[in-house]
Amino acid sequence: MTVALERPAQTQSSQSAAYANGTGSFAIEAGGMGVYYGNFCAVRDVDMRVPTNKITAIIGPSGCGKSTVLRCFNRMNDLINSARIEGEVLFQGQNIYDDSVDPVEVRRRIGMVFQKANPFPKTIYENVAWGTRINGFRGDMDEMVEKALRSAALWDEVKDKLQQSALGLSGGQQQRLCIARAIAVEPEIILMDEPASALDPIATLRIEDLMKELSEKYTIIVVTHNMQQAARISDFTAFFSVDEYRTGNLIEFDETEKIFTNPSQKSTEDYITGRFG
Amino acid sequence: MALDQRQTATQPAGGLMPSGPAYREQVVTRQRRGRRWAIIFQAAMLSGIIALCALLFNILNQSFGYVAIINNIDPAELAIDGVPLDELTKDQLVGILEANVSAGLMRRYEHDMPFAQRTSENVHELILERVVEPQVQATWGLFESVFARGSVFAEAEERFPGSDVYFRSWLTTSFISKSQSSEPLRAGVRTAIFGSLWVVAITILFSFPIGVGAAIYLEEYAHKERLINRLIQTNINNLAGVPSIIYGMLGLAIFVRILEVFTSGAFLGIGDQSTANGRTIISAGLTLGLLILPLIIINGQEAIRAVPNSLRQAGFGLGATHWQVIWHHVLPSAMPGILTGTILAISRAIGETAPLVVVGASTFIALDPSGPFSKFTVLPIQIYQWTSRPQDEFRNLAAAAILVLLVLLLTMNASAVLLRNHFDRGQANA
Repeated sequence: MTVALERPAQTQSSQSAAYANGTGSFAIEAGGMGVYYGNFCAVRDVDMRVPTNKITAIIGPSGCGKSTVLRCFNRMNDLINSARIEGEVLFQGQNIYDDSVDPVEVRRRIGMVFQKANPFPKTIYENVAWGTRINGFRGDMDEMVEKALRSAALWDEVKDKLQQSALGLSGGQQQRLCIARAIAVEPEIILMDEPASALDPIATLRIEDLMKELSEKYTIIVVTHNMQQAARISDFTAFFSVDEYRTGNLIEFDETEKIFTNPSQKSTEDYITGRFG
Repeated sequence: MALDQRQTATQPAGGLMPSGPAYREQVVTRQRRGRRWAIIFQAAMLSGIIALCALLFNILNQSFGYVAIINNIDPAELAIDGVPLDELTKDQLVGILEANVSAGLMRRYEHDMPFAQRTSENVHELILERVVEPQVQATWGLFESVFARGSVFAEAEERFPGSDVYFRSWLTTSFISKSQSSEPLRAGVRTAIFGSLWVVAITILFSFPIGVGAAIYLEEYAHKERLINRLIQTNINNLAGVPSIIYGMLGLAIFVRILEVFTSGAFLGIGDQSTANGRTIISAGLTLGLLILPLIIINGQEAIRAVPNSLRQAGFGLGATHWQVIWHHVLPSAMPGILTGTILAISRAIGETAPLVVVGASTFIALDPSGPFSKFTVLPIQIYQWTSRPQDEFRNLAAAAILVLLVLLLTMNASAVLLRNHFDRGQANA
């Protein structure tokens, strides 16, 4: 069962090489990142450079620390008292774990959408407006709300009931509202933690289409359990696995096409072909 | 039998579970056992209801009923030219009063307030008090008064010849609007109602902000694993179970004695000159505040803990500060729960007697409290004081005062429930 999970140096280099042919810059660069909960090491040695304005999928078996890694990218793990982060996470060349960096600012610029849609128990309008208001937005609020809802492909469905409770929306609509809420504060990166796992196939498809659209303007990092979803929507895929100490680590990070057709690691191939995990 | 064998053979339990009629019988047994428990639970609830009904019956029984009264002078004898007492003019009433009481007493009345300024109702009352002097001879309960009227009248006729027997509600508007008196027929609870309201107001003002603040700190900010915070938590839980009289001792030692300068109002120079000590409304309010503080904290913590974490994460994820998340999301969501806990705590504070006895509530006071630094009494103290009097009719007064206390409690609870529903609805639609 246990697969030899040494971390070969080429994971980093092969991805870099692949991306070096492309255009661009990196939205997030994690170097030697590890996460501990108390004495338990949840994830270790994560080196990945997430390209800008692409969709990057994180896949892997349960308990491999996919969500933990994602939450490290906007310091959501700070909310857990026992969590401790090692290494560095560079965002625009700045380590977000630097003492001089305020996590509040990090979270505004790196937004997050959660697994379970969690709209505020307020009106639809207020759900979108709140984030911008607390961040000091001074423009035309109505216009801003409409723009955010349009970007999230939700405007036509809710334009007549903006003052109704967000809790009255369907699950898929609630999740798109959460996306609208996230893009309203104009982040540069959107982290999505299994955003469609609680939705039916049609609602899932709408979220996926939306992610495609959003990737033109935003860098999206999405954790998913659904490998077809990763293959469908993502440009890059990171495969995480878990070692005998239940510590997650990054096995392979490359262009999605390469991961799904010609992975360089045996355990990646085993996982995506369904032989393990 | 063979069929049975075949059936069980296909079952996963491998024939170890009963099947067929044996199984059906087993189901019936299990259902019967369930029904037996349901009956026991119903009986438990029923006995609770019976106890409550008995309590209510007892209070209502004593609050209404026949009384036998003997007047020193029959009011009819005081009528002038056939005009009854309560229709006479003020001058005529003053004349009657003058004719029946000593000149010294008249001078004292004149000194308290000149007769020229008194209303005719006031003089009428003085006549009732000093001239007619009704004396309650006996009282009967509501049950007797309704179902055994004949025997009530017969007994009154036999034991108190010449007495006036009539149906009296001890709970009247004048009972609520009049202050304490040593005459049961003229005693009221206004002073105690005001005292209770003042004390509870101070209790709320003191314990609600502090309690909710402490709950927020313990749930949102404190590092729960740390020894000091675990110690604090354990102590709060223990304090909630400390007997209330011990809080009374604490209040006496700290608020009444050590902080006397403040609680008597002396530091502002507005203290009640007649007492000039710390046995004041503010001492009582703070003592009760301390008493219910652990309850409010614990309930507040429960309510805050019940706010789903996803809500906090949603707020943080948008770049909100910790305080913005608490103020805009955690508190509004937790408010109905916090208010429910506060309602329960305040209900307890209104009914508390023991700590106030220790802190020094006045047992007999006819003057309304004028502010947080005045002497006071509260409804439970008044009730306690009346029940410990030897005369029967004070028991009727106590029962009526209990009704007032219950109504006061229900009113406060109802308004708090309305407030809570308002918050609940605010959460859903706004």
